[in-house]
Amino acid sequence: MNVALVASAMLAANNANAQVGEPFIHDPATLMECDGVWYTYGTGENGIMSEDGGYTWHSGAIRPNRGAAPDCIKIGDRYLFAWSATGGGLGGTHSGDVLTMWNKTLDPKSPDFKFTEKVVVASSVDGEDCDAIDAGLLLDPTTGRLWCSYGTYFGNIRIVELDPETGKRVEGNEAVDVAIDCEATDLIYKDGWYYLLGTHGTCCDGVNSTYNIVCGRSRNVTGPYVDNLGRPMLQGGGKMVIAAHDKVVGPGHFGRTVVAEGVEKMSCHFEADFDMGGYSVLGIRPLLWKNGWPVAGEKFREGTYEVESERHGYALELAVDFKRIDGGRMRWFNPNEKREINPIPMQTLEQVQDEWPADEIGVRNGDFMVRPHQKWTITAVEGVGGFLGQPYYKITIAGTERTLTATKEGNVTTTAKFEKTDEQLWQIDQMTDGTYRIMPKSEAKGAKRCLVSIADSTPTLAEFDFNNDNCKWNLKELR
Amino acid sequence: MVFALSLLSLVDCGSAMAQSNYFDTPTKTELSLDDEGFIRRWTVLEPISKPNHTNTVFVDSYLNEVFAKEYFKGQMTCLPKDGDKVTAIAEHVEMPKDFRRFDQNAEIKRTFSKEKLTWHKLDSKTYNLKLMRFGEYQTKRLYGVIYWVVTVINCEKDMENVRLSVGSNSASKWWVNGAETLILSGDRRMVADDCMSERINLKKGENIIRGAIINGPGMSDFCVRFADENGKAITSGITIK
Repeated sequence: MNVALVASAMLAANNANAQVGEPFIHDPATLMECDGVWYTYGTGENGIMSEDGGYTWHSGAIRPNRGAAPDCIKIGDRYLFAWSATGGGLGGTHSGDVLTMWNKTLDPKSPDFKFTEKVVVASSVDGEDCDAIDAGLLLDPTTGRLWCSYGTYFGNIRIVELDPETGKRVEGNEAVDVAIDCEATDLIYKDGWYYLLGTHGTCCDGVNSTYNIVCGRSRNVTGPYVDNLGRPMLQGGGKMVIAAHDKVVGPGHFGRTVVAEGVEKMSCHFEADFDMGGYSVLGIRPLLWKNGWPVAGEKFREGTYEVESERHGYALELAVDFKRIDGGRMRWFNPNEKREINPIPMQTLEQVQDEWPADEIGVRNGDFMVRPHQKWTITAVEGVGGFLGQPYYKITIAGTERTLTATKEGNVTTTAKFEKTDEQLWQIDQMTDGTYRIMPKSEAKGAKRCLVSIADSTPTLAEFDFNNDNCKWNLKELR
Repeated sequence: MVFALSLLSLVDCGSAMAQSNYFDTPTKTELSLDDEGFIRRWTVLEPISKPNHTNTVFVDSYLNEVFAKEYFKGQMTCLPKDGDKVTAIAEHVEMPKDFRRFDQNAEIKRTFSKEKLTWHKLDSKTYNLKLMRFGEYQTKRLYGVIYWVVTVINCEKDMENVRLSVGSNSASKWWVNGAETLILSGDRRMVADDCMSERINLKKGENIIRGAIINGPGMSDFCVRFADENGKAITSGITIK
């Protein structure tokens, strides 16, 4: 990496909405976790890794054999890699091979870090309407069968079955055409549906790349896959999952990571990140599910929010006296009153703050009234690690340093100062239904207790359960 | 909408429903929690007059001040029997003629008197104890009151990391075995599981739950149960003496 690139990366590291570290990669494999470290691999040799929970990425992941667009899946206690040896893509020949190999670990420093011999599981030859490139792997959770999709713009996307014990092609298996003119396909399964993710648009053109990720779905792994209009992917169909946004363009090479039930992430590359000199970088976004279709959520944005409990709709607030605003009352009561419309100023922090206790103040949930004790500023904290794609955040009462803090006893309170303790750093995951899971760093490697409305008016830390609205929060930006 | 302009006086409800519509007289046998874990047996003191023209005054600091005041001897320690009497300090107010609700600067004249009030043991016929109906029946006093309630539960074994769960109309404060455990501030409706305490421990045998509920205008009632630390109602292992 040259000096200018390092400078660019460091600049971006100070902006929580940009990619951070050295996340440079193209055609990334699905994110893999091994012994607390996250890895992904791209076209060419090797890949990148993250030792801080998936927030900051740098080189160091090792994958030999070069080739294109790998995917990776953990089966039992082993990692299976699939990648392609290609004839050159769009402008070259279209003879290629999809290959697989295993490793017991992804840690290059481990004595167990040894790749098995590569084996060819699918091929294409010139003159065929297929290019054997861009493998995607799915271990079917309903059957235990292992499937591999591959192909590119040159003809058909195909699915073959592999042996989950050996990683070899199942003997006698015939490839099935499931789509046309995609790149970077991947297969996932959810709630009785198989989803075929693919990438449309122009690859490899920097900030002008129109790459975008689409999907279709089917009740059978071998198709037919159709989009939300019922249009077959064999006729070019596909519903958008993620396109260019903010200062990144050209998302491609989908990968799905299920963190917990209801907490899912999608990985991809962006062909170009404007803040990173237009280089291709790893992208990680929340994966949401809307009416049975996957869609990328947004990277969380710093700002000032109402923190609303999904349980009843009450808002997280300081447990302080409610201060009335002198704004008249029952003004509808006298129909003969001559109306004078004068705006009523909102209550300000300065009007109430002096009456708050100086030290610890508890929290509760209450009717949201747009008052200072209910406005929370959420700010990224750099240098303390993070989680997949995002930093940890501090949550403070707007205009103050009063900080939402977990206690060792499993409660939540506020402390007067932010001191960068693990109890004051919060992991904020947008969940598959668009609500948020909020968990202190102090729980991330332990009991994983989250901010939970144990009662309508009572927040606490408790076990996370995606199927319980107590565990869900809406973050409504205040403008 | 609650809209009441004359709420501070004793209200003579000639059509008051009989207490038996809401309460049973407890037997000497211990009572189980109901199917949803609610504690239905309480000893309730007849309401102490504490006029408030609105429930919006029930902010935390107000409640802490009001409930720290001693209204009768043994307020925080007594285990009354049915029919026990106390002498309580009752508050009365005289409002200015042009008084309008929510006028916090109004010059309200406050006077105090001593009243003999009686404890009543009750088994509620519903999961919640309808304080207003009790007050109406016993004293014809509906609004602007404080109710003190107490019950003794018997735990089959030590119970760790449980939560006291309360809904009350209006605000209230609760103590378990003498320790302040929960406060419900604001103009509250009664909602099951509205507020829960931090994790507390109940000991094997007797545990005392004491509460004070304050109400201005409007309905007054409460419901209480225990939950595990994840908020699931506890429906067994506890009886009420």
